[in-house]
Amino acid sequence: MPEMVFLQGNEACALGAIKAGCRFFAAYPITPSTEIAEVMARELPKVGGVFLQMEDEIASASAVVGASLAGVKAMTATSGPGFSLMQEVIGYAVMTETPCVFVNVMRVGPSTGIPTKPSQGDIMQVRWGTHGDHAIIAIYPSTVEEVYRHIITAFNLSEEYRTPVIFLMDETLAHLRESFFLPRDEDIFVVERLKDSFLSEEEMFLPFSESEYAEPTPLPLVEMGRTRFHVSGLVHDESGFPFTSPDIAEKLIRRLVNKIRLHADEIALYEEYETEDAEILVVAYGIVARSALKAVKIARRDGIKVGLFKPITIWPVPASAFKRVAEKAHVIIIAEMNLGQYARELTFVLEDRKGKVIRTLNKVGGELITPEEILDVITETQVEI
Amino acid sequence: MRTQRLLSYLRPGRWPSVWCPGCGNGIVLKTFLEAVDRLSIPKEKIAVVSGIGCSSRVTGYMDFNTLHTLHGRAVAFATGVKLAKPDFEVVVMGGDGDLLAIGGNHFIHACKRNLDLTIVIFNNMIYAMTGGQVSPTTPSFFQTPTTPRGNFERSFDAVSLALAAGATFVARSTVYHYDHLVQVLERALKHKGTSVVDVLTGCPTYFGRYNNMPTPSSVMEFFKTHTCFIEEEGEGKIKIGIFKESEEPEFYSLYKEITSKEGAME
Repeated sequence: MPEMVFLQGNEACALGAIKAGCRFFAAYPITPSTEIAEVMARELPKVGGVFLQMEDEIASASAVVGASLAGVKAMTATSGPGFSLMQEVIGYAVMTETPCVFVNVMRVGPSTGIPTKPSQGDIMQVRWGTHGDHAIIAIYPSTVEEVYRHIITAFNLSEEYRTPVIFLMDETLAHLRESFFLPRDEDIFVVERLKDSFLSEEEMFLPFSESEYAEPTPLPLVEMGRTRFHVSGLVHDESGFPFTSPDIAEKLIRRLVNKIRLHADEIALYEEYETEDAEILVVAYGIVARSALKAVKIARRDGIKVGLFKPITIWPVPASAFKRVAEKAHVIIIAEMNLGQYARELTFVLEDRKGKVIRTLNKVGGELITPEEILDVITETQVEI
Repeated sequence: MRTQRLLSYLRPGRWPSVWCPGCGNGIVLKTFLEAVDRLSIPKEKIAVVSGIGCSSRVTGYMDFNTLHTLHGRAVAFATGVKLAKPDFEVVVMGGDGDLLAIGGNHFIHACKRNLDLTIVIFNNMIYAMTGGQVSPTTPSFFQTPTTPRGNFERSFDAVSLALAAGATFVARSTVYHYDHLVQVLERALKHKGTSVVDVLTGCPTYFGRYNNMPTPSSVMEFFKTHTCFIEEEGEGKIKIGIFKESEEPEFYSLYKEITSKEGAME
């Protein structure tokens, strides 16, 4: 029998991370993510891992990247203000292709905002927070069960694509308690980090060379030790040593972007509900997707041809799937707890709107978008059609 | 023979270095390699972590596990490395601006934590890579491009700072005192806990030139005449030597000891 658990989002995040093989966690206390650190402090030593409360978020993120480069899967967790401080380190992890997971539990911003209220205001910061051209993977679940399942996905993606992965939650999801069946061990897939004993005696490890099997996929990272690799945030060639030649820089930056961009379909996680014949398509993610699902169910009961598209992978945008489900819709309603950050991106993805009407439903005051509010927009839209 | 041995610790094909003729960084690098050699630490078991600046480029030249990280954050990165690889000798190298200004908070917290790290400060008293601007260790009234009328602030004493923050091994030497520096680095590497070595090093290009020490030898002369050993009398001179060397519980050993009581650590 699978084990039934009753967990808070933050707890599920911490326990799922340990299941994924996370053995180093460093963080700085910040509402509403603190429980992740508390659970890690309690649980990590039990599996031989190390928890460390650092002096600030920059130090936490730096220690996480250091631990991961050394060979141990690592994660940090924070919220808006701390996430802002971590941006430079995220860029370093992108440049050095270091697998690691950054959890950002969103609260109302900008600045200190409302620490105890949910928001989805960091969608664009997640994408473009660090300087320079780069690609990023971000995952945002909407149930506690998904938190547990997809924090493991986040670790796997970070290992496979050798990139920092941002794991998004919001204050409500982080503090929500739900019961669910834990996946059985045999149903959990975990990408393991390679040990230096994997290399033969003479083999020179080129940490930044591509896999010869599937370009532009990077080689898996091998732990420190006999590898004796050099890692730098400077533009580098496949050996990791700095070079400032425009050719090398051009090649490197394009490869860093393409290794994610060209694999967007494989990375894409999403759910759809009643999209087959939907004339109205609701798009919502994270905590808002729950209200949206309820609204769509009620509207369907009233005979309205409405469906739901819920991206779980926020970045890269699950563009192929979205374009497919949007194809038949006359109206697309995008509901999010910000002032249209993802709506702008989705509109761009559509390229040719073919007369489709795009409506947005936005809230930024720290209150959830309710099913009724989404239902109202669906009903108004139905009248217009 | 000794030269050959020391050369084996360097990465071939990464030379010449970015350092100017007359720079003291190469001397610090050589003394460090001598200390590593004397202790016979295998290359595979050393990780050197640096931040950003002239001295931080040192990691690219050594054939160890090396991380050239972000400005000021080397100590934090090294903390992660050490806790992931507790059996490694983990060393932080960086300049005074990198470790004491932008990285000052990480520096004092590392000293407080007493994790087994060796922090080597290449203290040239300025930001050399960006052109010699005032740093936290620039002496009062010295001239730099951003203090054209002289430095109105007082300077940090890295040794006092490390002592106050709780580092368990604290020493100072200079590139003029080669043999002393080797000995100090050897003791620092051997020490279990956070070791801080403040190494005064010369930058004739940007420090010397603005302060009447335009040649490498005049900077060396400055270190010779303006320093004295702790035991010696020397009014107004910079003291060099080992200021503290004490056995205190090291962070990871303590972490392991306490958490293993639950019977869970490996």
